Amino acid sequence: MNVNQSAPPVPPFGQPQPIYPGYHQSSYGGQPGSTAPPTPYGAYNGPVPGYQQTPPQGMSRAPPSSGAPPASTAQAPCGPATYGQFGQGDVQNGPSSTVQVQRLPGSQPFGSPLAPVVSQPAVLQSYGPPPTSAQVTTQLAGMQISGAVAPAPPTSGMGYGPPTSLASASGSFPNSGLYGSYPQGQAPPIGQAQGYLGVQTPQRSAPSQASSFTPPASGGPRMPSVTGPLLPGQGFGGPPVSQPNHVSSPSPQALPPGTQMTGPPGPPPPMHSPQQPGYQLQQNGSFGPARGPQPNYGSPYPGAATFGSQPGPPQPLPPKRLDPDAIPSPIQVIEDDRNNRGTEPFVTGVRGQVPPLVTTNFLVKDQGNASPRYIRCTSYNIPCTSDMAKQAQVPLAAVIKPLARLPPEEASPYVVDHGESGPLRCNRCKAYMCPFMQFIEGGRRFQCCFCSCINDVPPQYFQHLDHTGKRVDAYDRPELSLGSYEFLATVDYCKVREGKLLLSFPSPFPSPPAFIFMIDVSYNAIRTGLVRLLCEELKSLLDFLPREGGAEESAIRVGFVTYNKVLHFYNVKSSLAQPQMMVVSDVADMFVPLLDGFLVNVIESRAVITSLLDQIPEMFADTRETETVFAPVIQAGMEALKAAECAGKLFLFHTSLPMAEAPGKLKNRDDRKLINTDKEKTLFQPQTGAYQTLAKECVAQGCCVDLFLFPNQYVDVATLSVVPQLTGGSVYKYACFQVENDQERFLSDLRRDVQKVVGFDAVMRVRTSTGIRAVDFFGAFYMSNTTDVELAGLDGDKTVTVEFKHDDRLNEESGALLQCALLYTSCAGQRRLRIHNLALNCCTQLADMYRNCETDTLINYMAKFAYRAVLNSPVKAVRDTLITQCAQILACYRKNCASPSSAGQLILPECMKLLPVYLNCVLKSDVLQPGAEVTTDDRAYVRQLVTSMDVAETNVFFYPRLLPLTKSPIESTTEPPAVRASEERLSNGDVYLLENGLNLFLWVGASVQQGVVQSLFSVSSFSQITSGLSVLPILDNPLSKKVRDLIDSLRAQRSRYMKLIVVKQEDKLEMLFKHFLVEDKSLSGGASYVDFLCHMHKEIRQLLS
Amino acid sequence: MATYLEFIQQNEERDGVRFSWNVWPSSRLEATRMVVPLACLLTPLKERPDLPPVQYEPVLCSRPTCKAVLNPLCQVDYRAKLWACNFCFQRNQFPPAYGGISEVNQPAELMPQFSTIEYMIQRGAQSPLIFLYVVDTCLEEDDLQALKESLQMSLSLLPPDALVGLITFGRMVQVHELSCEGISKSYVFRGTKDLTAKQIQDMLGLTKPAMPMQQARPPQPQEHPLVSSRFLQPIHKIDMNLTDLLGELQRDPWPVTQGKRPLRSTGVALSIAVGLLEGTFPNTGARIMLFTGGPPTQGPGMVVGDELKIPIRSWHDIEKDNARFMKKATKHYEMLANRTATNGHCIDIYACALDQTGLLEMKCCANLTGGHMVMGDSFNTSLFKQTFQRIFSKDFNGDFRMAFGATLEVKTSRELKIAGAIGPCVSLNVKGPCVSENELGVGGTSQWKICGLDPTSTLGIYFEVVNQHNSPIPQGGRGAIQFVTQYQHSSTQRRIRVTTIARNWADAQSQLRHIEAAFDQEAAAVLMARLGVFRAESEEGPDVLRWLDRQLIRLCQKFGQYNKEDPTSFRLSDSFSLYPQFMFHLRRSPFLQVFNNSPDESSYYRHHFARQDLTQSLIMIQPILYSYSFQGPPEPVLLDSSSILADRILLMDTFFQIVIYLGETIAQWRKAGYQDMAEYKNFKHLLQAPLDDAQEILQARFPMPRYINTEHGGSQARFLLSKVNPSQTHNNLYAWGQETGAPILTDDVSLQVFMDHLKKLAVSSAC
Repeated sequence: MNVNQSAPPVPPFGQPQPIYPGYHQSSYGGQPGSTAPPTPYGAYNGPVPGYQQTPPQGMSRAPPSSGAPPASTAQAPCGPATYGQFGQGDVQNGPSSTVQVQRLPGSQPFGSPLAPVVSQPAVLQSYGPPPTSAQVTTQLAGMQISGAVAPAPPTSGMGYGPPTSLASASGSFPNSGLYGSYPQGQAPPIGQAQGYLGVQTPQRSAPSQASSFTPPASGGPRMPSVTGPLLPGQGFGGPPVSQPNHVSSPSPQALPPGTQMTGPPGPPPPMHSPQQPGYQLQQNGSFGPARGPQPNYGSPYPGAATFGSQPGPPQPLPPKRLDPDAIPSPIQVIEDDRNNRGTEPFVTGVRGQVPPLVTTNFLVKDQGNASPRYIRCTSYNIPCTSDMAKQAQVPLAAVIKPLARLPPEEASPYVVDHGESGPLRCNRCKAYMCPFMQFIEGGRRFQCCFCSCINDVPPQYFQHLDHTGKRVDAYDRPELSLGSYEFLATVDYCKVREGKLLLSFPSPFPSPPAFIFMIDVSYNAIRTGLVRLLCEELKSLLDFLPREGGAEESAIRVGFVTYNKVLHFYNVKSSLAQPQMMVVSDVADMFVPLLDGFLVNVIESRAVITSLLDQIPEMFADTRETETVFAPVIQAGMEALKAAECAGKLFLFHTSLPMAEAPGKLKNRDDRKLINTDKEKTLFQPQTGAYQTLAKECVAQGCCVDLFLFPNQYVDVATLSVVPQLTGGSVYKYACFQVENDQERFLSDLRRDVQKVVGFDAVMRVRTSTGIRAVDFFGAFYMSNTTDVELAGLDGDKTVTVEFKHDDRLNEESGALLQCALLYTSCAGQRRLRIHNLALNCCTQLADMYRNCETDTLINYMAKFAYRAVLNSPVKAVRDTLITQCAQILACYRKNCASPSSAGQLILPECMKLLPVYLNCVLKSDVLQPGAEVTTDDRAYVRQLVTSMDVAETNVFFYPRLLPLTKSPIESTTEPPAVRASEERLSNGDVYLLENGLNLFLWVGASVQQGVVQSLFSVSSFSQITSGLSVLPILDNPLSKKVRDLIDSLRAQRSRYMKLIVVKQEDKLEMLFKHFLVEDKSLSGGASYVDFLCHMHKEIRQLLS
Repeated sequence: MATYLEFIQQNEERDGVRFSWNVWPSSRLEATRMVVPLACLLTPLKERPDLPPVQYEPVLCSRPTCKAVLNPLCQVDYRAKLWACNFCFQRNQFPPAYGGISEVNQPAELMPQFSTIEYMIQRGAQSPLIFLYVVDTCLEEDDLQALKESLQMSLSLLPPDALVGLITFGRMVQVHELSCEGISKSYVFRGTKDLTAKQIQDMLGLTKPAMPMQQARPPQPQEHPLVSSRFLQPIHKIDMNLTDLLGELQRDPWPVTQGKRPLRSTGVALSIAVGLLEGTFPNTGARIMLFTGGPPTQGPGMVVGDELKIPIRSWHDIEKDNARFMKKATKHYEMLANRTATNGHCIDIYACALDQTGLLEMKCCANLTGGHMVMGDSFNTSLFKQTFQRIFSKDFNGDFRMAFGATLEVKTSRELKIAGAIGPCVSLNVKGPCVSENELGVGGTSQWKICGLDPTSTLGIYFEVVNQHNSPIPQGGRGAIQFVTQYQHSSTQRRIRVTTIARNWADAQSQLRHIEAAFDQEAAAVLMARLGVFRAESEEGPDVLRWLDRQLIRLCQKFGQYNKEDPTSFRLSDSFSLYPQFMFHLRRSPFLQVFNNSPDESSYYRHHFARQDLTQSLIMIQPILYSYSFQGPPEPVLLDSSSILADRILLMDTFFQIVIYLGETIAQWRKAGYQDMAEYKNFKHLLQAPLDDAQEILQARFPMPRYINTEHGGSQARFLLSKVNPSQTHNNLYAWGQETGAPILTDDVSLQVFMDHLKKLAVSSAC
């Protein structure tokens, strides 16, 4: 498999899929099951050529694939119908097929379709069916975008008839790319036009597939393309056609073969003009292959024209560049992975397995390595030497989420108690006992797997070894058999704080943590109704403080502070009849005015607390104080925890720029003129160093700060978020907060934030086996030295990304080991150590590494890297760095791993075929390329949010999910298949949901059926829908219910509540919405996917030449 | 003689004035040779039930530098409706209101019996009295409880419209807002940080908000007065609130580890109290009442660290310059006291603890502002409770015996100048023609501020005769002095009390006998003692004693009758006869002797000595001893060890202590229980008699004396034994005959030895 790299898997699937499969497969390991992958593609891509191909393969291969195809069709369901109607779909397919044909031409370069693939072939072959395999390889190779359009025409022509088969592959690509065009088959032509297509041809090899395609073709109509229809704009048969047809048919076919993308084919240059003819992207199979569409970009258009002519349905597409459908589609990849790997549990026993994508639902069985929910790596196969690593430029990083929440089906880590002697550790490197430790000398000693030190086994821990050298009790002890487990910490692991009164608290064990609610009661907060809302909510929320395990009541104590430019502490001791307020106005030198009665048990002081929360809004109802302080508030909370000698969390509810005379006073320094200058970085830097100092003190005290912001204007998030950021806290921002509109979102976030299980006073240390070491850390934490990640608080959402570098040679035999140890205080005050272990493979061939990479993780790392870099470098430089690195990664692959092929081809590794699209999303993000409407605060906010995101969050954040709501039958209970985030995919007759983890839009097409409007909004026409609506009326009809359920389920998946915004087509709010269609050119100048791919191709070629 | 005694007594009763000399030597030189300076003890608000205030304003001399008040000594031309100022001789027109004036129709101020007269001023806004409680919460539970009860009780004693405020302190300082309903609200300050008045007012929100909002906001003119008095509310409004608040007061919640003192932020608490009043009610009568149960242990004004193993400074430490915090703390409190005095407020200190509480450092707060200083062992004692209650006692008119924000102005005829004053006052630094360059006490001014005073508050005022020897005063000439005291009466009216006195001049060479006969040895003793104590505050103890001795010797040389070098021939006239004895006891008194007293005790004693009237001061110098026996009615006996007899009961009043001492036999009888037997009823009565008398003293005295009931051999008998003249000691016991008295085990000299030395020195020509 390895050899094949991603490819291997591919073969089985369809080549296109290969890529995907690649992933899966890798995970599956040897599992032939790989076949499965194809299926998935088929399914998803179904629509797209890629799928088709797969299908073919599948077909050929085994039932699965076949299954797949059907699946695809099935998927199509929603679409299918439509498509079907069109018939065009078929037609298109036809065209697409033509396309494929064309590709053939393209393939020509390759030689025989298969041949071309050849290089790849190997791979392909390995897979399964030769052809497929071939394609796969191609795909692997990277999609190739051949500028040569030329072939296209013929194809197109061809397309119809025979093409289909062939086309299937090629054609599909182009089509998909183009909107309706595809269907029209124009795309294909295009592709063909481009010589590249030819290249892809190899995929054509697909021909065989072709056959398969055929089926797809039928399937073609499937949804995928659906989008196409939307394109309406295009002359095509418009809607009908476009949708179903495009996607489905073309893509499938195309992909397989196509993986390659024909760049703007030379011939058509004019049309493509935008895309430089020069580039021809051929993506490896990855894209193309998978989804047929990809390959031929540009071509499609030109082709389109042709097509148009040809198949009635497909109408001539306006000339365009690469066919978007021919380039690797995130949707397809995700769908494939789901289908391939979502069914069986992921068993962690084997070293170096690539886990399923984060977008896939899967169960994990811990058999010695930490679940991917805890740790994900950019690559599961690490180059043995630093030279190789440097050459490849692929960052070696792990994204660690030590306290990740698990699905109910998976057991949380076992707690191991080693008694008074504490956890067993290596004497030299202090690594904790783990399954990789080698017991020797009959069990009397063990050799550390990290530093090779030989340690004695303490007598009480001694156990005999069996004939394989394993301890007899290995399976009875979590620390010897599992990847993740916890130790109960002993006294030695408890922090002795300065000033800790050992006499009064004889136990060095920490006291249970405390939550302190600190509420801004300045004029702004009162006026918006925030204070009243919050106080009301807290009354009930306090019953739901996190508790340990099955504890009856939470051990957490609570305290309350309100503030404007002075602070008000409250004594809510249970013995009082009324709460007492203590005002501290000495904000320059903050202190805690009381000890007893400030932090109380909720149950005991319930009456007093309720009375307090009732009175707070009243007391300040007439306030006219507009000034606030900020740093002193945090200081106060921290001092309170210090006085109470416990760790804890501050919940700050703050409204405005802290301009009152006090430490940490800020001025308004927002200056948009700085954007795109060398000084832009200052917008991300804190205004004053005071907050860093404060944060440091907070960390020392185990005081985590969660900040809820309700700004009306600039509040300098960059500065205010410093403390939350460094203490492992979260920042929530509700711009222009209004109770009516934002209450749901705020309360929901608040509830989740208060209730979530959190560890305090944590220190995380990542140990590695000799050869690599952790050199850099990203996330919300503080580091006082180079190895210990200190987290005042850590919850299940917080992620730390760790970068590794070589400091020696790694050994292929022993692989590379990671051990992440987290020492923390649980919410009941118990001191614990959570250990995660992960073993990775090491390779001497770069190809092995490229086959075991994970793009999502890579993007997570790169985004965090870039977002941190903006603090110190001009944004432009950061973007260039990213692009260069990406180009180097891909060029290295091309140079070292891909089979020789025309320089005009863009060949992407299967595992990384989405790298360009995702990277483009990162580059276009608000932080790196702000649009005019993005405020400085927004950028700073997003910047710090991303810093602690996990892989799943960055994935959807950078590439939003766009879900068509009205395409699938109402009865279907599954989530509708997503479509690509491009305006071209929107049909004005449909309704879509878009979400990126922070925002949720409901987009309503202008010509959506009245019935739908009525069912969803309870108004009679499109024009009566209120734009900007944030709540859907609760209506008793299946559609409304389904949509609302879907929204609920989306919200449930995200760590923050996403406020819904209803956007009407052509409405002014649509601009906001379009911002999230990340495959399109953005208003702020961000490149479209296609453009970027071309650019990337150019870069790579430059590097190669 | 009798005439002079009567004269002195009459003058004291009428004017509240006692002069050291009642006939004045007419030249500077002669006056200097008199040794005892021309000075007086003035009790500005001496209770005068027979003196109803007049309802109009005084008539002032029109000369701007004089402004003396029209008085009986002025020459009046009834026809021209003119009067001549007797200080500057300016002729003044009577105001129109006096149009009907004639020899038979005189206004009160011209009648000789109204040499002291009180005017009631109607103009000016009257502001209510203000009481700001500053309460230490670092107390033992029962102490705090007792204090809380006392405070709650005091609320009922306050005038209903008085403003009250509450500040509590421990590790932190809390200023309680009293106006709020529902939630009780307080402003909290760190106890370790010194804040400027401005900062305090900012933090309490007393400064006017800078109109932060440009938005239309309905102006609320009512607002500011309300805001500024959030912390000071009329008692009738918040009576219940405050009672509850006091009831809920908790001990300072911050943990105190073993071996540590609680952290007590007295310095900051006082500073905030001062700042609060300064910002809200400057120049209005206000009392800051500080209740503390221990020494300040942190922040500005800290007196001792919180380590128990390091004891609070003693006199020994101070002498060795080993009191680390003393200077800084003293400076802090002095600064506060001066500010308070400037604002016209006064500070009371109620310190109840077994150990010292830092009165030494804090004394100026009470001394400079006319506040009370009370020292006790615990708030849970009747000593404190009754003393505190007595603060709010009322006079025959039902008015509180307290007055505020007084200024005392002294005017003299031109032969005299003012050298200074000693008492609970601060200088107002008003220079003028009648201010001497030589200072005695607080000098350099003709006006002083007395922020808090009561009917017994007494100042010593010292003068200098400046008339030159070569410009004799015509026979029958009289010198005059006018005391003008403006103050805020407890009924919140402004009042002015004017006392004008005159004394005859006499030529010391030709009329020395006159002068001698008019010597008031009691007043002189107290006035000299005040000077001595005043010096002792800044000078080494032995230096002061030497100075006192020299003065005494010089006085004896001047006024004694003796043959040179013949001590046995030495005689003093009656008007001087007691003076040496006063000096003897003064030398032994705790005002000058610090041995056996803590610095706090010394400060406490000196505080009271500097403000009590003559009678009380004399008791302090030379305690009174009464003897009870079956031989007859109780009689005063010599304060001498020879008075301690087995069959007597002694009652000693030292002002600070009341000691009842049962002689050996009496004690045995009592032990045997004779008093319970009907046939020994007389014994029971004998036992009861001193108790009743003591009770009488206790009733009237402020502060409540420590009441000690002891007997022969009792440990507390030391209070008696340390006071009496040790005429019998272990050294001379057998020389004096065993039958009488009890020997005192001391090396102190006895009065007899003292006198012998004095005589020897007085007659010696060497001096």
